[in-house]
Formats: sequence, structure tokens, C-alpha cells
Amino acid sequence: MRNPLSKKIVQLEPSGIRKFFDVANEMKDAISLGVGEPDFDTPWRIREEGIYSLERGRTFYTANSGLMELKTEITKYLKNHIKVEYDPTHEVLITVGGSEAIDAMFRAMLDPGDEVLIPQPSFVSYLPCAVMADGVPVVIDMKQEDDFKLTAEELEAAITPKSKILVMPFPNNPTGAIMTREDLEPIVDLVIKHDLYVLSDEIYSELSYMGDHVSIASFPGMKERTILVNGFSKAFAMTGWRLGYACGPAEIIEQMTKVHQYAIMCAPTNSQYAAVEGLRNCLDEVKKMREAYNQRRRFLVHEFQRMNLECFEPYGAFYIFPCIKEFGMTSEEFANRFLFEEKVAVVPGSAFGACGEGFLRVSYAYSLEDLKEALGRLERFINKLREEQKYK
Amino acid sequence: MENKETRRAILNYIERNSKANLGDLAIMMGTDEVTIANEIAEMEKEKIICGYHTLIDWDKAGSDMITALIEVRVTPQRDKGFDKIAERIYNFPEVTSVYLISGAYDFMVILEGYTLKGVSQFVSEKLSPIDSILSTATHFILKKYKDHGTIMVPQKKAERMLVTP
Repeated sequence: MRNPLSKKIVQLEPSGIRKFFDVANEMKDAISLGVGEPDFDTPWRIREEGIYSLERGRTFYTANSGLMELKTEITKYLKNHIKVEYDPTHEVLITVGGSEAIDAMFRAMLDPGDEVLIPQPSFVSYLPCAVMADGVPVVIDMKQEDDFKLTAEELEAAITPKSKILVMPFPNNPTGAIMTREDLEPIVDLVIKHDLYVLSDEIYSELSYMGDHVSIASFPGMKERTILVNGFSKAFAMTGWRLGYACGPAEIIEQMTKVHQYAIMCAPTNSQYAAVEGLRNCLDEVKKMREAYNQRRRFLVHEFQRMNLECFEPYGAFYIFPCIKEFGMTSEEFANRFLFEEKVAVVPGSAFGACGEGFLRVSYAYSLEDLKEALGRLERFINKLREEQKYK
Repeated sequence: MENKETRRAILNYIERNSKANLGDLAIMMGTDEVTIANEIAEMEKEKIICGYHTLIDWDKAGSDMITALIEVRVTPQRDKGFDKIAERIYNFPEVTSVYLISGAYDFMVILEGYTLKGVSQFVSEKLSPIDSILSTATHFILKKYKDHGTIMVPQKKAERMLVTP
């Protein structure tokens, strides 16, 4: 028989999270600091609207690019929150989660050999999506001493004549790093100077804890070279509804819509109606959730300091990224031992890129009680490791 | 954080969990324990914080406590409006809440008692005879689904996977 598989796909590394996921989920009584989704249920108003839309029989396709009502609400929301105005008819595409928007953008924009600049540690999908779209991923390592921000020096060093798209993954999963206006300025200069396009993945934009989130699309000259990706998963606690969106120049959105049209048809109708309700009436709940995350964030930072666990203070998303290099083992070894010895799942930093080695992703999308239990076990574990090291 | 902000954050938190300890609150609000303790003491003095209660599911505790909602229609008294009548009602210890209400009746009175008979006695012997009271309608609570923002019926377990990207 012929080889049934595509070399390109076979050569893709499976996600490092996936590997760990299989181990962790076999442990029945384990607790976790490992999830990348909110612990809050979707606000009831949104769920109720979803139920209602089913009762109303709204069970048909929508337009490929999404419900006009939803696209209009999104443009209003973006105008208020990041001060960028989009035309709902030509500049917005509703997708199946932010992930689909990333995939559609790469496929619509890349020709073989085009380079995609991917700062890491970052979300696991950028690199494989670039490869699947025949692009060439170029990884830029971000460093703890820079608070895991992208610096102009490192970006400039990675740019070649083939560079086409820069991924801007902020607020960042897994580090919790953000980019302020001042941080973004030199990046914007380089993007314009080298005629790059930007994928600005702002899925965690509502979870910013140091002033309002600043979008790179809001800088002069940047709207026309940015595809802004956002969605409902994190801010509205709607991960399972699979709903995101991309906004950008009409000519790019038009081609992305073509990709989306042939691969997906349209995002789930039910989710789209529910999301309209979310944007209209649930921003207060979003704010409440943000406040709860911020409280837990302060709690974790404080606890890590108390345990003398090296960690920079994150100001975004719901992750904290402590350094475990002092224990002389890899992130994966640490995470495995922690899981087997204390039954707590955390994600090895190396799952988000080689430069995440030596770090852990700890999520604070948990109640304070759960966090306290897990941190108690972490403290016991690192004390044990420190004891072991003494006798080495 | 500004004083007003801190206060609001404290109130929002302890409204749901008055057992939160000062240390945790200080860390979560990004301030110190002394500030939290002072703000709480101030708010107690100003009667912004009026008390600390425990939300109890008396059914589970095996108690036969019953709760009645009583709608009361009254004629307000000259010069004193509703307040004087309300005072007559709220001073009874078995009355747990008294609200002035807009709409078809004037007061909503919430009463806790141990027997149906006890509650009806209270209504007929204490409440109805008050001069200004025109009529009452008593409703008994059969099941509490949600009380003070807390859902009282059994909740599902968390269904998130242990590890996700």
C-alpha cells in the first residue's frame, strides 16, 4: 500500500501539551494548575440567549463571514476598547475560535518560503499553522530578563528580506507578559520600516491588569498592516462555544473569508447569537471576572515570592511563569515528578517553545481555595527538592 | 489603590465571604493588612458594614424552620409616613426583614418561625391588629433555590480537563 500520509503533517511535532495532557488525564485524583481556560461558567445571560436561539429555531447557516449583528457589535466594542474603527461589512470575519483566524490568515497571506516571525514562549498553534500554510517559521526567543517582552533588537536581528508576518502574542500565554504603548513603539517602527504585516493575537486583551490593553493596530499606519485576532473564549468564558474573529484590511479579510468559506462555511449560528448578547449586556461580568483573576494573580505572585521561587510579575492573561532552573532538571522532569509525587498538573514551559525550558506555566483560572491547596503541595514539593539538592 | 477603590473591592469580596482573612485580602487587593483592617473598622463604624451573617441551609441542618413572605397593605400615618408602622413590625424578633415596596402592596415582611400555626398566629394576633394595616397575604416558602446570591440546590462538578493549551 502507498504511504497514506502527508510528509508535511507527519513531520509536525505533536503539541508538547498534548503529551503531558495524556499523562495527567490518566491520574484520576490529580488536581491541576494546568488549564488554559476560565474556571467561570459562561455568564448565564449568554447561555440563556444560546438556549433561546435554539428554541427560536435559529439552526441554519449564517453568512460566511458571520452575522451582521455580531460583526456590528464587535466593531462597536473595538472602537470603545482599543480605539480602532473597522467596517463590519468588509473588515470583520467571524471564525471558529481565534485559532481558526490564525490558520486562515496564514493560508491567505503566505506563499512558499515566506517567513513568519514567531516570538516564543507563546501559544502552540502559530508555528504549525505557519508550516501548514507553507510558510517558514522563524522563532524569536523572548527572555525573562526582558519580562518576556519582544524587544526591538531581537526582532530586528530576526528580520530577513523574506520576513512577511510578525506574530504579536500579547497578553501572552504562557508567560502573562504584556506590551505597553512604550514597548510597542519601537516594534511598530520596525514593522513599518521592513514592510511587515502583523498578526496581533489579542485573545487575552480583556485580562490586562496594568491599565487598559493597547492594541498595535491603534498606532498610526498599523491598522492597514495588522490582522487583529480576538474572540470570546477567555474574556467571556466561552471556550467551548468556539467563537473568535479577525479584523483587518478588506483585501486580506476577503481572502481569509474564502479560506473560511471552503473549510468551515460559517461559525456556529447558536454561538454567534449568544455572543451578541455577551457584547451587549455582559461587559460588567467580564469586569468582575477580570477583578477576580487580578486578585488571584496578586496572591500567586506573593506566594511565589514567599517560597523564593524566581518569577517575574505578569500583568496579563491568567498565567504566571515561574523559573525552576535552580532545581537542576528540565521543565518536563519537574512537571512529571510534581504530578506523580504531589498529584498536581502544571504545564512545562518547554511546551511553548525551546526558550520556555526551565519554566512552568501555572494557571490561576482556579478558585482561591483550589489555588491554596495546589500551592501548599508545590511548597512541600520544592522544599523536598531543595533538601535533595543539599545532599547531592 | 485609592481608598474608594479599596473599599469597593473589600465589600465586593466579603459580601460573598466574610470569613476571608485580613492577610489574604491584603495580598489580593494589593495593599497591607493594616489598611484592610482600618477600612473594615471604619466601615463598621459608619454602618456600611452592618453585620456578619452565615448563610445556612436549615433544611439540611435538620431544622423545621419555615419562612413566610407576608405582603402588607397599610394606610400611612399623618406626619410619620410608613416609618412608624415599619417600626412596629420590625421590632418583633421573628421578623427577619421588612422592605417598603412599590406596587400592589406596601411592605414585604419576611418571617421565620417553627410551625405554620406559629406564623399564622403571629399574623392574626400581632400583625393584622395594628391600626394602620389594611390587609395581609401570607406566602410560605417551599424550597430555596438561591439565597443571598448562593445557589442552594446541588451543583454540577467542574468538567474542565486537567491540562489544556
